[in-house]
Amino acid sequence: MSNVPDNLRYRDSHEWIDPMQDPAPVGITDHAQAELTDVVFVDPPKLGTQVSAGQQVCVIESVKAASDIYAPVSGEIVAVNETLSNDPGLLNRDPYLGGWIFKIKPSNPSEADALMNAEAYRKHIG
Amino acid sequence: MSDSFPLRRTPLHAVHVEMGARMVPFAGWDMPVQYTGIVEEHKAVRQSVGVFDISHMGQFIVSGKGAEAFLNRVLTNNITKLQPGEGQYTLLLSQKGGVIDDLIAYRTSEREFFLVVNASRIDADWEHLESQLTKDVDVMMANASDFTAGLAIQGPKAREVAATVFGSGSFPEHNTILVTMTDNGPMWLCGTGYTGEEGFEFFMPAEVAEMWFRKIVDAVKAAGGVPCGLGARDTLRLEMGYPLNGNDLSEDRTPLQAGLGFFVDLDKGDFTGREALMAQKDAGLPDKLAAFRMTGAAPPPRPHYPVAHAGQIVGEVCSGTQSPSLSAGIGMAYVPLNAAVIGTTLEIEIRGRRFPAEVVKKPFYRKSSL
Repeated sequence: MSNVPDNLRYRDSHEWIDPMQDPAPVGITDHAQAELTDVVFVDPPKLGTQVSAGQQVCVIESVKAASDIYAPVSGEIVAVNETLSNDPGLLNRDPYLGGWIFKIKPSNPSEADALMNAEAYRKHIG
Repeated sequence: MSDSFPLRRTPLHAVHVEMGARMVPFAGWDMPVQYTGIVEEHKAVRQSVGVFDISHMGQFIVSGKGAEAFLNRVLTNNITKLQPGEGQYTLLLSQKGGVIDDLIAYRTSEREFFLVVNASRIDADWEHLESQLTKDVDVMMANASDFTAGLAIQGPKAREVAATVFGSGSFPEHNTILVTMTDNGPMWLCGTGYTGEEGFEFFMPAEVAEMWFRKIVDAVKAAGGVPCGLGARDTLRLEMGYPLNGNDLSEDRTPLQAGLGFFVDLDKGDFTGREALMAQKDAGLPDKLAAFRMTGAAPPPRPHYPVAHAGQIVGEVCSGTQSPSLSAGIGMAYVPLNAAVIGTTLEIEIRGRRFPAEVVKKPFYRKSSL
């Protein structure tokens, strides 16, 4: 069974966001990393980019395929996880802590309420 | 949707699902792309052993007094050099010299040949071979693809697996074939593979495939290996620089452009496509399949990414992946001859950005010498 922490919010495309932090870290779920297997490259978003919820912001690459990552909420990209450029496999090993991909400063914090909670996401990946 | 045809299933489909494989469409078949992960399976083949379902591949039996002369007239390699029990890599060309398929041809007896062809090309190959057949020659062709299953056992411990499953002395040496008649029909043990490792391919009647697969998976696991999917098959073959039909080979290009001249015998007499190859040799090749390796941190190159040389787009990636053995992006692309020279810097365009790559010698991966 894949790990779905209760304190996070989820998109149906398998990104998580921690809305309790500001700026809020974003990554991919344990379920997503297990599906992708072997992440070999993370193409990070540009710092300072303004994104809207649901916008494609960056790409992660496994041996098999390139996968788009979408912004769970609107806001500004204020940090990217530099560690992933040398160690993309961290995304597989530690998807919720060390493997965060970018941090976003939400422009409309209530958007996170529209995302799935842990229970809904567990059903989603059923 | 272009893929509205139902996907075909090999006799092992249910076993793959039972063993937890992830299934994907490939060449019209629903095939396992991986069981646990491409990198893990890839490394198992490099370090111990892996087993692949290759039942989607096609098998033709060509026999008769005229079989040798017929095959020598339609295939590029010199089939008369084969003794019974020997095989060779060879190509089937169009009149224009384009590659219809690359295949392995074995001589199973003086007058009988066993051809192993690509899944995606079974129908095209068959039609082409039939079209080349004239009434006066004594040649019989049988398409055994539908009732034949196949397994590839690859890796330094493949010999050990063969000994466990079939008994010692049963391992087919490189480019040889052993045919055994059983109550269910023939079994073919072939000393070939698509990974660069020692290994063999085993073709058998479909109804006994599951029994043999389970037996071989057990032996593979006992030897420290794993069942493998097409994902690892692709990274393994690309590390060796082996072409994949449909990616690196097509009817639009000749084997000379693909760097497969070694498997084309221009001196053996006439064969389909020879005239076009001679003309191309005289005129000079318009481009050549170059092997490249990404030189810095870069996303993995993938098919159809544009390839630039000296600032100009000169081609596109045919095959590309992240090499699990080298931890670097590798790929192949047709580029003009001046850009195909070893050491040349190319740029691969990935999502609008260009990343540097260097033309390198094949294979990308070599076993480190002791």
